[in-house]
Amino acid sequence: MASVKLERVSKSYEALTVLENIDLEIADGEFCVFVGPSGCGKSTLLRMIAGLEDISSGTLWIGERKVNALSPKERGIAMVFQSYALYPHRTVRGNMEFGLKLSRLPRAEIDRRVAKAAKMLQIEHLLDRRPSQLSGGQRQRAAIGRAVVRDPSVFLFDEPLSNLDAALRVSTRREIADLHRTLGATMIYVTHDQVEAMTLADRIVVLSDGVIQQVGTPLDLYATPANLFVARFIGSAQMNVMNATVAGLSNDTITLDVAGLGAVLIPALGRVPLEGDRVSFGIRPEHLAVDPEGPYRARAEAAENLGDHVLVEAGLPDGEPVLLKCGATARIARGDQMNFRLNGVDAHLFDADGLRISPAPGHEPTEPV
Amino acid sequence: MTARRFGFGRPLLALVIIGVAVIAAFPLVWMVLSSLKTPQESMQVPPVWLPRSPNFEAYREVSDVIDAGRSMLNSAIIATSATLGILITSLMAGYAFAKYSFKGRDTLFAIMIATMFLPPIVTLIPLYRIVSEMGLAGTLFGVILPQLGNAFGIFLMRQFIAGVPNDLIDAARVDGASELRVLFTVVAPAIVPAIAALALFAFTFHWNTYLWPLTVLQGNTDNYPIVLSLGRLLSYNRGAMNAGFVMAGATLAVLPPLVLFVFLQKFFVDSMVSTGVKG
Ligand SMILES: Nc1ncnc2c1ncn2[C@@H]1O[C@H](COP(=O)(O)OP(=O)(O)O)[C@@H](O)[C@H]1O
Ligand SMILES: [Mg+2]
Repeated sequence: MASVKLERVSKSYEALTVLENIDLEIADGEFCVFVGPSGCGKSTLLRMIAGLEDISSGTLWIGERKVNALSPKERGIAMVFQSYALYPHRTVRGNMEFGLKLSRLPRAEIDRRVAKAAKMLQIEHLLDRRPSQLSGGQRQRAAIGRAVVRDPSVFLFDEPLSNLDAALRVSTRREIADLHRTLGATMIYVTHDQVEAMTLADRIVVLSDGVIQQVGTPLDLYATPANLFVARFIGSAQMNVMNATVAGLSNDTITLDVAGLGAVLIPALGRVPLEGDRVSFGIRPEHLAVDPEGPYRARAEAAENLGDHVLVEAGLPDGEPVLLKCGATARIARGDQMNFRLNGVDAHLFDADGLRISPAPGHEPTEPV
Repeated sequence: MTARRFGFGRPLLALVIIGVAVIAAFPLVWMVLSSLKTPQESMQVPPVWLPRSPNFEAYREVSDVIDAGRSMLNSAIIATSATLGILITSLMAGYAFAKYSFKGRDTLFAIMIATMFLPPIVTLIPLYRIVSEMGLAGTLFGVILPQLGNAFGIFLMRQFIAGVPNDLIDAARVDGASELRVLFTVVAPAIVPAIAALALFAFTFHWNTYLWPLTVLQGNTDNYPIVLSLGRLLSYNRGAMNAGFVMAGATLAVLPPLVLFVFLQKFFVDSMVSTGVKG
């Protein structure tokens, strides 16, 4: 078991800088997820931790050791690849044994580890098959098995579920969570899918353009996104973001003039903007409540019934789109005019640079506006 | 579909293939048949197709003139060493060109490819002088040494290794395999058909090569490979004009590459090696 620490780690390919000054500490036994859009540098960061990619500058620690110059094998890690990367001409057993044989482990120990991992992953009946004779899900188990037998202190996963179909993805996701609980090892998991990140992670690292945008628990990221990028990226129905101007300030209230909505009052907590500042006003779809008495209006353009809730895409009077999450019983059809309300404490304010202004949503309840 | 199944396409194609096969096989068959004929039969006009009483007399005569066993052994040593050398160096260089990025890689590769277009005759004398300076003239080692690497082999291996998924290589590195082990136990098994093809090309080429060993060996007939010894048969035989005798020598000479081909054939046929990586 080991912690992982990155100090001002950067990566560049000649002139192209892919990762810049990454500072990060991952605790021993933590499940840490790197999430971000495709091409943001997640895989590169993971491969640097694995030792498959040189570190251009900065220091990488695994446990008590500085590992910059160590080979993958010496780092005590194991990796699971999106493409599974099973050795095609070896059986599942042969795949699992390969690394152990290279470490010159005694035969009995190899057999014991393979048997144990195979049992845990329920692939005992597949041990003598070749990868080409396995289904996608079985291959992924075999690949995980190959990592498990190495008994690493850190597991690295690079989008391990991307090649599986939706149902398998959900069940395999749960199995990986179980595996983490059983083994208690540190796990670093890369994905572009924020749902995967939210459901698996102890802590999420949001990356964009080679820079860490925010590090926090899934709840942190959801409740207090540090900037507009995180606000839009986290949450399965994207946060609504509208342009706004600070119209007035009082002791405890900020009055905003929000495009398409009009006046919105929010509690003045934390860093307070100046009157006249242009800001971004964010509100999640589930914080907009359809209410015939509500002060805001929109026209429904599409309604998606997802069983437990209905996601309504609507247009504000100024033509800008807005998403609302309504109860399953909502009867909303295309073209309907609807009124809604919101609660100022649920709002997220961002300054002109996209950085968060408002602190964590107030725990003192305020009256709905 | 229907046109294919019931039309003229298929029988016609089969006919063409059979025709080409017959044309290709004819000299070989003629050679073997002639080697079994009596001297009179092999000289007759119009030609006799089948020997009336097939006999191995010509083969005995061959071994009177040359030490066929020794020549075959020399050929085997040259062709096998060159083939192994080419396989190893081509795999290693091909792996580096395909999977490492280093300064000047593409330029180096282009220069290497360019050497493929250099006529071998141009390098014959310089190469001979180098080998001779090394004191290797007349020796088998002198014949073999410059043949241990070859641009075409590197090119071929690079092309195929480029198709081996990077993840597979990285997985082996994480498993603790050294670069050499990655190459020989993970990459090479994934491109077996290409390796078999290269082995066959290299072996056949170096079994049949004539000018280079002739130049290096400097008339040291003890070290002559079978192809050079066949040449000696021809000149020995100039007066006697016994074609059967030369054909017997030639039959002996083609046997090993033929056997190798039959042995390697299965690798070409089931060349569908699954990569283990989904798509
Ligand atoms: N070997 C390389 N040479 C040059 N650029 C690279 C190389 N590998 C990755 N990159 C670049 O680094 C960026 C991050 O890639 P990657 O880490 O694979 O992204 P992600 O896994 O987040 O999708 C991409 O813009 C990619 O083009
Ligand atoms: Mg990636």
